[in-house]
Order: sequence, then structure tokens, then C-alpha cells
Amino acid sequence: MTDHIDLEQSLHMYQQMAKIRAFEEQVNELYKGAKMPGLAHLYTGEEAVAVGVCEALQRDDYITSTHRGHGHCLAKGARVDRMFAELLGKEAGYCRGKGGSMHIADPDSGNLGANAIVGGSAGIATGAAMSAKMRGSGQVAVCFFGDGAMNQGLLYEVMNMAQLWKLPVIYVCENNLYNEYTHNNETTAGELSARARAFGMCAEIVDGQDVHAVYVAMQRLVERARRGQGPAFLQCDTYRYYGHHVGDINRAYYRSKEEELEWRTNRDPLKILGNWLIGNSLTDQSVLERIEADVNAEVESGVAFALDAPYPDVSEVDEDVYA
Amino acid sequence: MPDRELTFAEAIREALAEEMRRDPRVFILGEDVAEAGTPFKVLSGLFEEFGKDRVIDTPISEPGFSGIGVGAAMTGMRPVVDIMFGDFLGLVMDQVANQAAKVHYMSGGKLRVPMVFRTTMGATRRSAAQHSQSLHAWVSHIPGLKVAIPSTPYDAKGLMKTAIRDENPVVFFEDKMMYKLKGIVPTDEYTIPFGVADIKRAGDDITLVATSSMVQVALGAAEMLKEIGIRAEVIDPRTTLPLDKHTLVESAKKTSRAIVIDEGYEQYGVTAEIASVIADGAFYYLDAPVKRMGALDVPVPFSPVLEDLTVPTEQSVFEMAKMLCGK
Ligand SMILES: Cc1ncc(C[n+]2csc(CCOP(=O)(O)OP(=O)(O)O)c2C)c(N)n1
Repeated sequence: MTDHIDLEQSLHMYQQMAKIRAFEEQVNELYKGAKMPGLAHLYTGEEAVAVGVCEALQRDDYITSTHRGHGHCLAKGARVDRMFAELLGKEAGYCRGKGGSMHIADPDSGNLGANAIVGGSAGIATGAAMSAKMRGSGQVAVCFFGDGAMNQGLLYEVMNMAQLWKLPVIYVCENNLYNEYTHNNETTAGELSARARAFGMCAEIVDGQDVHAVYVAMQRLVERARRGQGPAFLQCDTYRYYGHHVGDINRAYYRSKEEELEWRTNRDPLKILGNWLIGNSLTDQSVLERIEADVNAEVESGVAFALDAPYPDVSEVDEDVYA
Repeated sequence: MPDRELTFAEAIREALAEEMRRDPRVFILGEDVAEAGTPFKVLSGLFEEFGKDRVIDTPISEPGFSGIGVGAAMTGMRPVVDIMFGDFLGLVMDQVANQAAKVHYMSGGKLRVPMVFRTTMGATRRSAAQHSQSLHAWVSHIPGLKVAIPSTPYDAKGLMKTAIRDENPVVFFEDKMMYKLKGIVPTDEYTIPFGVADIKRAGDDITLVATSSMVQVALGAAEMLKEIGIRAEVIDPRTTLPLDKHTLVESAKKTSRAIVIDEGYEQYGVTAEIASVIADGAFYYLDAPVKRMGALDVPVPFSPVLEDLTVPTEQSVFEMAKMLCGK
């Protein structure tokens, strides 16, 4: 752990991770209670990646997200209540209920949208970086994707161009070991980061459960991108606690209960940061508990807001096909 | 201002140049678009005027640079992405159909994708099955896109300027057999709205709805029909998405007969959509079923004698019209 990160910032990151955790627990409940339509891919366990990455960004920097995107959206600054509203298909949602869990976009916080095509947003993030460079805006773009997306050709096409043209884009690979129901040692030849290095791209690997490590690496990569030194690749090793989606309950055929327990017990990002804060006598348990109570309250009132919110008017169905 | 004759390719180049001068956000992205000006030389001279930051050569990575175009369009630029041959749309369909077309709707209207995908269509160049298809029906199927298929230099210039100024993704098809076609293009500024068909020739015995290069074929057939006393009306929708249903239906009501001619495959094609629009809107006025003429439903063959059989010709349109008119 690095000690030049101040207490205030650490507590903020703790709060953001706790918020994502509480949010996802509620999504699980909503889904199981048949109150949420569609699919829910939970981010629980991976909180340190989204939070460490977004902590190094400014509000007008861009991100693109994935089918497992709630954490990215929240970490980039989306509000809990409007997120829930979108998940429930309500008009108050970020996309007026037309996007749902897998398509949340919030341009006000630089979020260009979650994408349900695995690897599909790599072009968008790279194009946003190209546009930032052309406009001389100083913005950077972050492309979040899973280790499964590492086998999509699009990623390599755009990495090649990003490196050739020195675009300010950071490719953040969330390596949670599984591509849906298949371990990546069955799908992925070679080393993930070696693929980025093949383009001559700066590539780093960090412990994705350690939010400080993610943040520090990301800060460095963002700074070099802003200086015009080009793109980078950040592999964050992490784990999803739940199934691929909420209905994926019987997982024994692809991963063991022991493995899940090991990550939850010894590799949990909230515990890691909490232990560090307390171990270094920077804070005490009561402070962390208050943070958790606060975010729980925010999440509960967000859910209530969304459950009460009206659905879009039926006349909206063919609105916004064209700008 | 005097009118001049320009080729179809020159008209498109002029539209791009004028729009790039007008709007610094417009830039071109594609393979060999810079010094080479594309294999068809459509873009010759743009690199010299606008430089390497606005006329950008890419690697051979159609999905990649199309996706980059989508992202750039979403964040304040107005890219024109060059897909060298329409056949390569197969590679970029995710970016076109799942990304560009859907961003505005999926975001509840908050994001938009003002970009142009320029590409080609058209057989009879002996380019064989992977360089000859007319795939505008593919993209005309997708809500959220706009699709332009101009048939003259005048239309090409006016529609291209509209495409670049549009806030939505536009797929713009240029028939490669028409690049050398000449036509009058005014020097004065003009644009052509999308969704407005053009009556290329007036008549009241039969309606020939024709698209892109088939407009020339239909005009040739109309000339032949005149010899035998049939006055054909030739209508060019100019954009398949949006489609000017009103003009098509009104013409069919007037003439009571219609043939739809298009260079895409006939099965499930643009002709089917237009024929159904006419049948629906003019049913009680029709004296005959609406006929469709498209490309033969085969991969386009290489051999000239075979390839020429795959597309509608003046003669085949003439025969069909004669038959429909009972002559
Ligand atoms: C192009 C594409 N192929 C397949 C799918 C179905 N699918 C959805 S998520 C997923 C697994 C993605 O794995 P990974 O990229 O590692 O992300 P993770 O779910 O682990 O976060 C698959 C195969 C899809 N949505 N898009």
C-alpha cells in the first residue's frame, strides 16, 4: 500500500466501493423478487477496479462500460436513484428506461454507455480519445472490458491505431478469470498483457482487489496519456463473487465453492482497504460503519424512488430513433 | 451562377471539400484515403487541401476505424468513414447496426452519432462475388440509420452535404459504375433533404421506381417505351431510409401500374419494401400487381457473360413494362 494517498481520499474510495456493494446487493434482491426485468450481471467483488480507475479521472474524462457495468457508472459519478430507475425501466432512469442494466449512459459524468456486445465499445472509447486529441481538450478515455473480451478482434484493431496515433485511451481489462461459464485458461492463449505489449503499448498488471494499487497505476497511466505519450493497458486481476448473471446459481461445474470463499474471505477489496486504514491507525471501525450506514440509506431511498417512479408514457416508444 | 458538368465522383469530392471548409469538425477516416484518394480516386486532392489531420489513412481494420468513427461522432466530431467496398459492410455490421444505429435511442436521446459511412455498391465491373454486391437493403433494415443511394452527380452532391450535416448515422452508397457519369451540378450552394423522392421523368402510363444506377436504366427503358406509346414516370426515392412513401403511392395512383427496380438482391430486398408500400397505399388504383426487378439471387459471377445476366437492363425493364401495360 502506498501511504501518499491521504485519508480523505481513502475514505472516499471506501465509500464508493461500499456504495457499489450495497447497490448490487439491492439489485440482487430486486431481481430475485421479480421486480427487475431483464438480466442482471453483478459487479460485487470487483469494486476496487472501477473505483481505483475512476478516482484517477476527472468528471469530463470518458468511460465506456460493459454488461457488468453498474460499478463503472456509479464510480464515474452516476446517481443511485436514477440508476435504479433505469434498471426498472422507469422514465426517471438515465436513459428514460430505454437502455436498462446493460446500456446505462450518462454523458454528464462522461459515461458514453455500457455495451452488451462483448468488446463492442473498444472502438467508441478509442474514437472518444481520438476526438479529445483532435479537439485538444486534454480529456482521456477509459475502456472497461473483461478478460473474455480480450479474444475479440476489434480490440486489437483499435489498440493498433491508438498506439500508432498516440491516442489518450486506457484499456482496462478486468480479469475475473471467467468468460461467462468458462475459465480463461480454456479460452485465452498466452499472457493477456503480452498482447498489448506486442503493439509496443505500455502495459501494467495490478492487484485488482487493492484499490490503492489500481488508483496509483491508473494515475500514472492517465498522466502519461494527458502528456501525449499515448495509450496504455491496465490488467486488473479480480473476481466476481456471484454468478455470471443473477440466475447463475449452480456454478460447481465451472468453479469451486472453496475458490469463491477464498476470494470473499481473504481478497475482499473493502476488507483490504478497511484493514489497512485501521491497521495504520488512520481511522477506526466506527468511521467505516458510518460510511456503510450512509450508503445503505442512500441505496434504500434510491430503490424506493425507483419503485415509486412512473414508467415512460407509451408514446415514447418511437421517440429518439433519430436525433 | 453558371451550371457545370461534373462527374459523380467529382460531385462527391466537392461536397466533402465544401463541408470540410465549412465545419472544422468534419474529417475523413479510411484506407488509402489520403495521398491515394481511394482506389476510385474519389477523394483526390482533399489530402492536399486539408492535410493529414483531417484526411486520415487507417490500417486495414474496417471494424476498428468504423468504431473509432462512432466514438468520435459521439464526442463532438463529424467523421466520414470510408468503407472501400460495400461488401466489407459484413465486417463492420456490429459498429453500424449495434453501435451507431442504437446509441441515440438506447441513451434515451442523450447521445448522438453524427457520422457518415461512405461505401460502394453495383455490379458489372467484373469484380466478382466479394466486390460487387449492393447491400443497401441490409442497412435499410435497421432503425436509427439513414441510407442514401444517389443516382446523379447533382443528387450525390446535395445528399452528401445533407448526410454530413445530419445528426444521425448515415450510410451513403455510391455505385462504382457511376463514378464517371456526368451531370449538371450548380456552383451555388444547395442541399437535398432526405426522404424526398425525385421525379426524374414524368409520365402517366406506368411508374418505374428506380434507385441508384437503375435510374439510368429506367430512363433508358422509358425512352424505349415512348417509341411504342407508353409514357413512363421514373421516380427515384434517393434515400431508402427515410423512404418517401407519399410520392411513390401518388405516382402509382396516377399511373395504376408500377415496377420497382433496384440493384440489390431481389429476395427480401428494397424492391419488396417499396412494392409493399405501393400495394398498400394504391391498392384500389392498381390495374396490375406491382412488379419487382432486382439482382439475380446468386453470388455475382465473374464471367462477363454471366455477370451481365444478374442485373436488370433497359431491355428487361422495357419488356416487363410492356407486358404490364398489355402491349
Ligand atoms: C459479442 C458477444 N458475444 C457473446 C456475448 C454473450 N456474453 C455476454 S457476457 C459474456 C462473457 C464475457 O466475459 P468477460 O468479457 O470476461 O466479462 P465478465 O462477464 O467476466 O465481466 C458473454 C459470452 C455477448 N454479449 N456479446
